[in-house]
Amino acid sequence: MNDKKPTTPRRDFLKTCATKIPQWLLVFSAFGPEQARAVDGESDYNPVEHNYAMGVDIHKCIGCGRCVDACKKENKVPEEPVYFRTWVERYVVPPEGEAHVDSPNGGRDGFPELPADREIFRTFFVPKLCNQCANPPCVQVCPVGATFVSRDGVVLVDDTYCVGCRYCIQACPYGARYLHPTKKVADKCTFCYHRIRRGLLPACVEACPTQARIFGEVGQQSSPLRRFLRFNDINVLKPALNTEPKVYYAGASREVR
Amino acid sequence: MELILGNIVNDLSKITGYIYPNEFELHWGILVVVYPYLTGLVAGAFILASLERVFDVSSLQPVYRLSLLTALAFLLVAPLPLLAHLGHPLRSYQMFLTPHTKSAMAMFGFVYAWYLMVVLLLEIWFDYRKSIVVWSNEKRGVTRYFYKFLTLGTTDISDRALRFDDKIGRIITIIGIPSAFLLHGYVGFIFGSVKANPWWSSVLMPIVFLFSAIVSGIALVIMIYMVTTMFRWKRLSMPCLNKLAELLFYAIIVDFSLELLDFVQRLYEAEESITILSQMISSRLFISLIISQIILGTLVPTISLAWARFGRVPDEMRRLMYFIAALLIQVGIFSTRWNVVIGGQLFSKSLRGLTVYKLELFGLEGALTAGLLLILPFLVLFVLTRVLPPWSAVESHVSESPV
Repeated sequence: MNDKKPTTPRRDFLKTCATKIPQWLLVFSAFGPEQARAVDGESDYNPVEHNYAMGVDIHKCIGCGRCVDACKKENKVPEEPVYFRTWVERYVVPPEGEAHVDSPNGGRDGFPELPADREIFRTFFVPKLCNQCANPPCVQVCPVGATFVSRDGVVLVDDTYCVGCRYCIQACPYGARYLHPTKKVADKCTFCYHRIRRGLLPACVEACPTQARIFGEVGQQSSPLRRFLRFNDINVLKPALNTEPKVYYAGASREVR
Repeated sequence: MELILGNIVNDLSKITGYIYPNEFELHWGILVVVYPYLTGLVAGAFILASLERVFDVSSLQPVYRLSLLTALAFLLVAPLPLLAHLGHPLRSYQMFLTPHTKSAMAMFGFVYAWYLMVVLLLEIWFDYRKSIVVWSNEKRGVTRYFYKFLTLGTTDISDRALRFDDKIGRIITIIGIPSAFLLHGYVGFIFGSVKANPWWSSVLMPIVFLFSAIVSGIALVIMIYMVTTMFRWKRLSMPCLNKLAELLFYAIIVDFSLELLDFVQRLYEAEESITILSQMISSRLFISLIISQIILGTLVPTISLAWARFGRVPDEMRRLMYFIAALLIQVGIFSTRWNVVIGGQLFSKSLRGLTVYKLELFGLEGALTAGLLLILPFLVLFVLTRVLPPWSAVESHVSESPV
């Protein structure tokens, strides 16, 4: 029994595996998702070297809504006031009791004046957008992998691949996603990916008159974001959910969620 | 755009508090309510059939084949509401070709395919094999060839072959029980694993879904058994019906206890979301949760079942009470699905406001489509019972006489 040779010697088998498996992987990868290659097509840009994030300085936001308007125009976000990639909330905290929050038309046209007789303890504006989580629940639930984290740390949606099941919308704790009414796919803030890839700022950051939004890179020493993170007490939204947001808030008090 | 704005203005008056601007549109509507309802019926009917097979509950024999066919009919329709709900239904095959393995939803196709192909179709085929071979010899014309095709070329109905069929059938059932648990427990997991949503996020969700599935499945088989027997002018097997009612009673007790446990746990923990959830229950969900799910759909049928089964009630009255209880349970379980799916979207994730769901009558996601999808399984079942009559074995076993 011991003399019996195996029909394929082990060495040959391993050799075949070593050559054939990579070949097949190459063939399969040709049918894989297109987004990685399509996005990383530019030769002088190495996505791995970047990890984008945003800071929001609540003390500086004046609730003008220019960011919302710029975002809608730049990204062709549907005009109807129920689709937003970014919006601004106004918090009015009374001396006692719950804060009152509103965001008429996402804050795009500013905010109506408060009644003069209203008792106000303090009030502030909070710009909201996709938190570009490092541990994104929306990416986790997508059944086809149409939403993914790009190598430069931005959560994106491949609208040629999305099946429109809306599970990601349900999974997002921040209400940052909507179903595009004509494309019938999930849509959200991309940090203006088409702009940042060219070294430009996201439209909302560019439009903000008070520099309440600070765009930059987490790991880069020279990034303005780095300075912002260093000199402010930073919060993220709903930290208990462990989504690890990459939109950092300075001055977000306990009412903000 | 004006239409949408008009709708929003309409809705604005009903919205209380603050909701995120992207939350004006409710994303999972009536079709997503229908989907877990249908899969629940599948799992419940199958588990009922398994009881007869694996645990030899012989009094359930008259409904064994009927439960299997019911499970198949509802399983065939179950993916349709999901498909109709997708923004791009034609891309749905991507879930099979390039599934995202970390997504609970991506696994649906595989769980579904496993359950349909490996469990249900195989079990039905092995169970009917002898009958199919007999029919393929007895029938005439096209039907003969149809049954010949269904034999898949195996016409051996010797004792040895039949013993083999029985053995295999038993093994498939044993695999089938955890599969049925998986099918519906998994549907519960789709909701229970969404940590962003405090109304859904609960470890008990898959288990509650499972037990409510068993409840709804047994209740459905009771109804179908009673109605089909009536239309066939046959006499109902009271031992079978009593057994079904008994099982239904136990299942509903477990189901309700689990739901109560979930409820009490939430109340006692009183997390951040408790205020808005309490508001939602006492306003938006009052009718569908308190009235429809708990009182009409659980308490009344539980009392009715207990009374009819264990009290001194004449058979005629007993049958009526069983039927009404089963019907109310369907209403209750549908409300359960409604309260989970729609309820989970009626409050804002900002935990500051409540929104409303406007059920449309027409359109792909309207009430009519939902109604159609709820009727369709019965039509499929009708066809299935024509092709594979589940009665012959029943009647020889119970030796009933016509009324």
